[in-house]
Amino acid sequence: MQVNFGVRHGIGEAGRSRDDKAFRYAARGRAMPASALATDVGEMKPAPFDYLAATSASEAAEALAAANGDGKIIAGGQSLMPMINFRLVKPAILIDINRIAGLDRIEKHGERLRIGATVRHRMTATDALVHRHIPILHDAMHHVAHLTVRNRGTFCGSVCHADPAAEMPMMTLLLNGTIAALSIRGERQIAASDFFVGSLMTSLEPDEFVTSIEIDTLPLDTGWGFEEFSRRHGDFALACVATTLRIVDGVARDVRFGMMGVGETPLRLPEIEARIEGQAISQALLQDVTEALKGLLHPNTDIHASADYRRHLAGTLARRALRDAWRRATLRKDAADA
Amino acid sequence: MPEKKITLSVSVNGVVHTATVEPRMLLSDFLRHALGLTGTHVGCEHGVCGACTVLLDGRSARSCLMLAVQAEGAEIETVEGQGSVDRLGRIQEAFRQHHALQCGFCTPGFIMAITDMLRHHPLETDDQIREALSGNICRCTGYEHIVNAVRELAKERGPLT
Ligand SMILES: Cc1cc2nc3c(=O)[nH]c(=O)nc-3n(C[C@H](O)[C@H](O)[C@H](O)COP(=O)(O)OP(=O)(O)OC[C@H]3O[C@@H](n4cnc5c(N)ncnc54)[C@H](O)[C@@H]3O)c2cc1C
Ligand code: FES
Ligand code: FES
Repeated sequence: MQVNFGVRHGIGEAGRSRDDKAFRYAARGRAMPASALATDVGEMKPAPFDYLAATSASEAAEALAAANGDGKIIAGGQSLMPMINFRLVKPAILIDINRIAGLDRIEKHGERLRIGATVRHRMTATDALVHRHIPILHDAMHHVAHLTVRNRGTFCGSVCHADPAAEMPMMTLLLNGTIAALSIRGERQIAASDFFVGSLMTSLEPDEFVTSIEIDTLPLDTGWGFEEFSRRHGDFALACVATTLRIVDGVARDVRFGMMGVGETPLRLPEIEARIEGQAISQALLQDVTEALKGLLHPNTDIHASADYRRHLAGTLARRALRDAWRRATLRKDAADA
Repeated sequence: MPEKKITLSVSVNGVVHTATVEPRMLLSDFLRHALGLTGTHVGCEHGVCGACTVLLDGRSARSCLMLAVQAEGAEIETVEGQGSVDRLGRIQEAFRQHHALQCGFCTPGFIMAITDMLRHHPLETDDQIREALSGNICRCTGYEHIVNAVRELAKERGPLT
């Protein structure tokens, strides 16, 4: 299991240590312009660590194994660096995968899309294959952070980070994702349903890292609904629903229903999917789903929202998302029939 | 004890710098303390405020969420590359005209993010402009004047080809 905080020393040491060997550190510039000579650079936020810019997946796997549980992979750094700056994470070595060739691709293999470990959010958001074959993922990307963060952050990094209020872990679960994990012991495939163990916790072994993630593409007549509520655009969600369905003979088929922000991990809700499967979306059905959700969800109360409010949001967002999915499936079926 | 130092070479506003640094040195600290380029500001140092935004190979990036050593071989642009007090850059000039700054703390980050936006994003509607600006926080202006400046710049640029 990998836990994404407190790697060596546990949490709570967010302050700087005055004993740090390099507390009063001066960078020594070589061949720097005279105007830019290094001066005393003072304190640094992160605790010391070694750094390796791996140039191949096997080099990264070997370094991770050699680190014996004290190594951390860095991809976009958009979640890891804040924790390193707070000293919530103090790895002995950071293994940078950004320079490994070939991991920055989105490829279609049969009915699946494979997203490499250094594919940035910006690429996923603008990729033509994603837009055509998984429009719900295209929509979801607009809710992930901000332009500047999307320039660096990665799809796979977000899944590995396993924030319970993040979009990509939920989408990976919704799209029956398979996570390819590499270590010196070899590669293994982990089903998304086995991957998310808890808040910021995954079933990766300490010596494993992710090289790519495969997800379902959707038949072109699939309708989708994606509804998220957050306080400000780009903030993490208080609650979010993602659902897809097709209409066959006037009723919903292949129903998928996922949520996040309302538990310790992203959720797939088979009980809700079963209620909708084989039915036409109606006011009564939406009411039934709302009631069922109340019993199924056990959200937290925190500084952002109470558990009751989150349960209320869940019902509202579910109704909107299902209506959208039904409407889009109708439009797409009509377009396909015409 | 870890922290083996690493030598890096990085281009900042077209000037190549070579330096030997601890791996844990943030790019923001490298720019400010090692190179003396204090135009790049740091507010939160955990990715939330956008004050530290620079361009990394032409795209905006939070310099507080990057290590200096990760910039090896990259081209960094900072606000110092935009213009000077005597010769303001185009975005700086638009900010001045539209009163898009008060204390100015957030301004370098906004200007670098806007540089990326103008190169790569449609910015045809106010909604698009506001969404694009949403990663940068300003405590003074209430954003209205910043949106006005970007609207003018986007109009001047015309549609993206
Ligand atoms: C201001 C701000 C707002 C944000 N808002 C949102 C939001 O609304 N929604 C959202 O989903 N995210 C949001 N994020 C987080 C962003 O999406 C991150 O990019 C993402 O969570 C992590 O991806 P990364 O590539 O940056 O990973 P990193 O930060 O590099 O790594 C994150 C964790 O995953 C591990 N890891 C990364 N890649 C791998 C790999 N290939 N194999 C094994 N382990 C790996 C790292 O060791 C680390 O523990 C926000 C970030 C910021 C700074
Ligand atoms: S200082 Fe980098 S985002 Fe706030
Ligand atoms: S002008 Fe003061 S924070 Fe923006």
